[in-house]
Amino acid sequence: MENKPKLKLAVYWGAACGGCCVSVLDVHEALFDVIAAADLVFWPIALDFKYKDVEAMPDKHIDITLFNGAVRNSENENMARLLRQKSNILIAYGSCAHMGGIPGLANMYDKASLFRRVYIESESTVNENGTLPQPRYEVPEGVLTIPEFYNDVRTLDQVVPVDYYLPGCPPQTERLVEVFMAVVKGEALPPPGSVVGAREKTLCEECDRKKSDNKVIKKIYRPWEIYDDGETCFLEQGVICLGPATRGGCGARCIKGNSPCRGCYGPPSESIDPGAKMMSALATMIDAKEPEEVEKILEDLADPSGTFYRCSIPASLLRRKMIT
Amino acid sequence: MEFQPKIIAFLCNWCSYTGADLAGTSRIKYAPNIRVIRVMCSGRVDPTFVLKSFTEGADGVLICGCHPGDCHYHEGNYKCLRRYHLLVKYIEQMGIRPERLRLEWVSASEGKIFAEIVNEMVQTVKALGPSEVKTVVETLT
Repeated sequence: MENKPKLKLAVYWGAACGGCCVSVLDVHEALFDVIAAADLVFWPIALDFKYKDVEAMPDKHIDITLFNGAVRNSENENMARLLRQKSNILIAYGSCAHMGGIPGLANMYDKASLFRRVYIESESTVNENGTLPQPRYEVPEGVLTIPEFYNDVRTLDQVVPVDYYLPGCPPQTERLVEVFMAVVKGEALPPPGSVVGAREKTLCEECDRKKSDNKVIKKIYRPWEIYDDGETCFLEQGVICLGPATRGGCGARCIKGNSPCRGCYGPPSESIDPGAKMMSALATMIDAKEPEEVEKILEDLADPSGTFYRCSIPASLLRRKMIT
Repeated sequence: MEFQPKIIAFLCNWCSYTGADLAGTSRIKYAPNIRVIRVMCSGRVDPTFVLKSFTEGADGVLICGCHPGDCHYHEGNYKCLRRYHLLVKYIEQMGIRPERLRLEWVSASEGKIFAEIVNEMVQTVKALGPSEVKTVVETLT
């Protein structure tokens, strides 16, 4: 171990909340193993390195980059391209980089309507001139630039090729440590494009709640509308839980906190659309044979895309709301 | 030139595909805009198939199955019915006109009805114009 050169590790955030970076900090005492094996060469949330330091690195200088966050603006995109060029292994870390995540919900709107809401209409805004952010603005002192805000939120792999995906919102730190130690020990890595740090089977496999084979839903409830008994499968209580269409590996954290699964780990590898499988599964459970009855039960489903694609609109087949 | 929509039709093997076959053997003429995909049961039509049809350029999707109570596998068409209602709700929210997705029950003896359904749907989709998905996919950054 002594003579082995240390791995160079980078962590970067695109359109993210910072939770993924915190999940890296959450390695706790395993941090000693991490820093014994790796040098952190770039990590904006924790270390003072500049973009120009990364630009100065030779290509493929970084061994592993954990890229969290979606691609929302030109800064995210440029950094994604730069880090791809400088990294041997680029990992889409967390739901946003993997599938678009919560920022991806903005794909239900377009740039014009988002700007209108945020910079003009919002209750706390006073903007009499209707000023909107401009990527380039000339002032007497020179030209000011800010990143360009794109119309669509994209996943990391819609911008650059990605080697591995480590899903979760945020990923379970234990899974990160497992993956990291596998690289350190030089274990054989799965083929590029694989999801690592998650299971192939669905969350239901590792969920402790009581399940029967015959699930019937007569009424859909939102979690706050019922008293959860704490032990029966959420779906059997009429609460939509994305467990049947979501990879395991998270340790059923949400379920253990008495909250249904939101699907942050993404779909198992065979399915190409995250929410479609859940719609398919849910439809089999609905207890109705007449169109009117079906419609009646579905009335309580307030927001299909936000329910089935909460963390994955940009990675879904449709990718965004069709605004023409 | 008049807009010619492409409509993907998922037909169940036991009733609707045979019904479409009957329309053919009876030499009933109907609009040539549908592309038929035979499935064993309308219950086999995964929502993914429908969404993929739209993303690959379909202007409409037609699903046909056995009449309620007649499913070869007892329950498949009911599952399809529920998926259809769920999907309509979803695609509408995503800005796709719900008329682009249609579910009809067609038995093996209903060749004429099948032809009428296709003609009617082609008319509807022609009036709607090209699918919203095609227009938006081109604008994706």
